[in-house]
This record gives sequence, structure tokens and C-alpha cells, in this order.
Amino acid sequence: MRLYFKYMSILFKSQLQYRTSFWLLCAGQFFVPFTVFAGIYFLFERFGKLPGWTFHEAALCFGVIHMAFSVSECFVRGFDAFSNLIVRGDFDRLLVRPRGTVIQVLGSNFEFTRFGRMLQSAVVLGIAVSGLSVQWTPAKIITLILMIFGGVAVFSGIYILAATFCFWTVQALEVANIFTDGGREMAQYPLDIYAKWVTRFFTFIIPFGAVSYLPLLYILDRTDGPDLLYMAMPLASLLFLLPCLAVWRIGVRRYRSTGS
Amino acid sequence: MNAPLSLLKMRFLTGLQYRAAAAAGILTQLFFGLIFIMVYVAFYTHNGAAQPMSLKEVVAYVWLQQMFFALIVLWQFDVELFELITGGNIAYELCRPWRLYPIWYAKLLAARLSSASLRCLPVALVVFILPEPYRMPLPTSPAAFLLFTLALLSGLLLVAAISMLVYISVFWTMSPVGSVLMIAVAGEFFAGMIVPVPLMPGWMQTIAGLLPFRWTVDFPFRVYTGHIGVREALAGIGIQMIWLAALAAAGEWLMGRALRRVVVQGG
Repeated sequence: MRLYFKYMSILFKSQLQYRTSFWLLCAGQFFVPFTVFAGIYFLFERFGKLPGWTFHEAALCFGVIHMAFSVSECFVRGFDAFSNLIVRGDFDRLLVRPRGTVIQVLGSNFEFTRFGRMLQSAVVLGIAVSGLSVQWTPAKIITLILMIFGGVAVFSGIYILAATFCFWTVQALEVANIFTDGGREMAQYPLDIYAKWVTRFFTFIIPFGAVSYLPLLYILDRTDGPDLLYMAMPLASLLFLLPCLAVWRIGVRRYRSTGS
Repeated sequence: MNAPLSLLKMRFLTGLQYRAAAAAGILTQLFFGLIFIMVYVAFYTHNGAAQPMSLKEVVAYVWLQQMFFALIVLWQFDVELFELITGGNIAYELCRPWRLYPIWYAKLLAARLSSASLRCLPVALVVFILPEPYRMPLPTSPAAFLLFTLALLSGLLLVAAISMLVYISVFWTMSPVGSVLMIAVAGEFFAGMIVPVPLMPGWMQTIAGLLPFRWTVDFPFRVYTGHIGVREALAGIGIQMIWLAALAAAGEWLMGRALRRVVVQGG
């Protein structure tokens, strides 16, 4: 873990060398999801509400997912950009060092400009929380935090899975974008507005539903059944992340260098 | 063949090489289209009748967006051109015996045409046979379809002219990051890529009407669905032409100025 923070501080310093560019990118990252959020606001203004959801409830869902997405894009960027390591043959260097591959790939890249995006998500979360008439008990606050961490775990799992495929394909698979960018676009709304097959796929295969929709029901007091089950739902993301890590190990064992 | 045209052809053929990327793009586009339509279906169950656009028109709007994504999206820039400017290789470009504006303009058009031509047809084949409510509706009349094609093509010319201005701005800023990001974010929104322009609040529509962006996306798509009638569409194409002439002239002029005071970077 100390090693991870060491990597982080080095890369942070190096990215801050181009200061203007860094801040401009941060600002840009702030505005990209901002227009999407503005779009959602305008739709709610025009249509009144989604079936079963008010604007602030949907905003809470949006904030959680975008926060999880930006955190994972910032700190798990090493896996997101993993194909670069393979194509250039740099992965060989990681293999000869006496440390785990996961930690080294994590430390190979950070995207600190995503701070802008995180700030935007925090603003949306603020809007959502202030607009909702929810009694914020400690249990609910913990659930909200668990939701964000669970979301980070889901996005990270997808990155790791996509990176593992690079061992076979060398090039990055663009199809993975369906699950990262597409997953984000989809999970920013409460999951039950979609067709059944979408909801099922993104709850049981890739558990976006377990980190956003189900615990959201608990926060909004709409559960039927034991509360604890809904609260603990974000932990299901670990059930997704662990197999992804296992597949990663298989991939590392099968790795053949590109030789460049 | 003259220079801009043969360059257009060469670039077009290069772009066609990236087939695997196109296949991935097609899947992504289909997925995004489905998700967006599901969101609109959910919104329309509540209070849907009173809207300025019917659900069917929105569905067509979404699919057209996905089909012609590469043609009209502002968020697609040729890194090579940026590097020409910031890296100093612009010097070679200036030695060549042609005017720079038409050449670059042709490059941009070709990149867009080739990536769109790979994606458009497969997506179209799928979306016309999807079950309701996701199915793409046919154009309301042959006239509407013809006008749509015209409007889309002049929209493409317009997008290329707008992105030329972004490239030219790099002569001054030297870092593509800021200007690109801001124009792309704002342009995308006002073009109707995020929410169809008729569904925006009134004051937003007024702003969108004053800017060139909506003529590249919103206008051709609504001509397709018949939301904009034939007579209005003809007038609209006229307005597209005026914007195009204005933006291209501004681009030429600014580029001339930029090249007169150009500082070649690096060695």
C-alpha cells in the first residue's frame, strides 16, 4: 500500500508540471458531465418526473455513479490504459520486479484531471441530498458511502477484465467501452426504468444495480424485506471484482511478450 | 484531379482500414441508442402527449444520432493537425504549393466520411427491424428524405468549418486542450446531441437558435421525421449555406492572419 501512494505522489507531481494544461483539463472534466446533468434537469423540468422517481432521487443515483466512475478513472487508470504497457513491451519490466503485478499496474498511471469530474459529482450529490426529505441516519450515510465504493469496485472490475483480454489481443478492446461508458450512462438513471433484460444483466452479471438501485431503495425508505440486505448490497460488487482479479492471474500466467 | 480532392480520396481509403474499430463502434452505438430510447420511453409514459415532439420522432432522432455519429459529432479531432501546429511541422506544410484551408478542410471531411460510411449502414440495417418501440421509423415522405440528405450533407460541411476554427485557434493558444474541450462541450449541447433541441426549455432554445451548432444535428434530423415541414426545410438549408459561407470566410481570413505571424515551434 505504501508503494501505491509513492507511485501516486510521483505521478501527481509529474502531471502538475504542465500546470495550465492540468487545470484546463480539470475544468473540462467538470463540464463534460455537467451538460449531461443539465440535460437530465431539462427533461425532468419538461416531463415532471420519471415513473416512480423525482428529480432529486434520480440526481442521487447520477451523483453516486458518476462519483464512482471518476474515482475509478483516476485511480485505476493503469488498467484502463493497460494495452499501452503490453504494446510497448513494458509489462516485462513489471514482471521482473519483486512486487505484485496488480499493484504495479495500478501505479503505472493516474489521471488526476478527473478531480474536476469528482467535484462535479460532489456538487450533484449535494444538490440531491439537500433536495431530498430523507432522515439521514448514520446507517444511511454508511450505505451511501458503500454505494460509491461498490461502484468503484464494479468499474475497476470491468477495467481489469478488459485489460486481461489484452494478453490475448494485444490491442485494447473497444467493446469494453459499452460496459464502462455505457454502464455509466445507463446506471446514472434508476435501473428499473429500463427493459427487463437490461435490468437483469446489469444486476446479476455486472452488478450496477446492486450498487445503485437496490441500496437507493433503502435510503429512500422503499424497501420491502430486511433493510440489512439492501444496505449490504454494494458488497456484492466484491463478488464481481474477485473473479476479475482471478482471471487477471490466469492472464498473467499466459502472457507472452510482444518482444519489442 | 486537383489536390484537395485526391487528398480526400486518400484519407477516405486510410480510414476504411480500421474495420475492427468500426465493428466495436457499431455495437457501442446500438447499445447507447437502446439505452437512450429506454430513458425517453420512461419519460414519455408520464405526461408524454403534451410534448412538442412525439416519442416516435425522438426515437428517429436518437437513431439518426447513432447512425451518423462520426459525421456530425464535434468531439472528433485530428491529432495530427494539432501536432503540425504545436510541433513545428507546419513549416513543411507551408512549403507546399497549395492553400492550406481547403487542404485541411478536405482532410477533415474525409476522416468523417470514411468512419461514418463504415458504421452507418450496419446500424441502419439493425435499427429498421428492431421491435417496437425501438424501431426506427421511415421518413414521412420521399421529399422529406431528399431534403434530409441535403440538410445532413450541408450539416457535415458546416461541422467541418466549425472544427477548422478550432484548429486555427490553436495557432494562438498553442495548446489544443482548452479551446477544443470548451467548444466541443458547448457545441454538442447546443447541437441537440444530449437533449433534442425542441425538448429544451424556451430560453435555451433561443440561445441554440442563435448559434450555428443546431443546424448540424437538430435541423437535419427533424427534417427526416417531418417535424420540420418541406417549405421550412428549404429555408433552413438556405440558412445553413449562409452559416457555412460565413464560417468558412472567417476561417480563411483568420488562418491567413495566423500564418502571417506564425512562429515555427521546435527544431
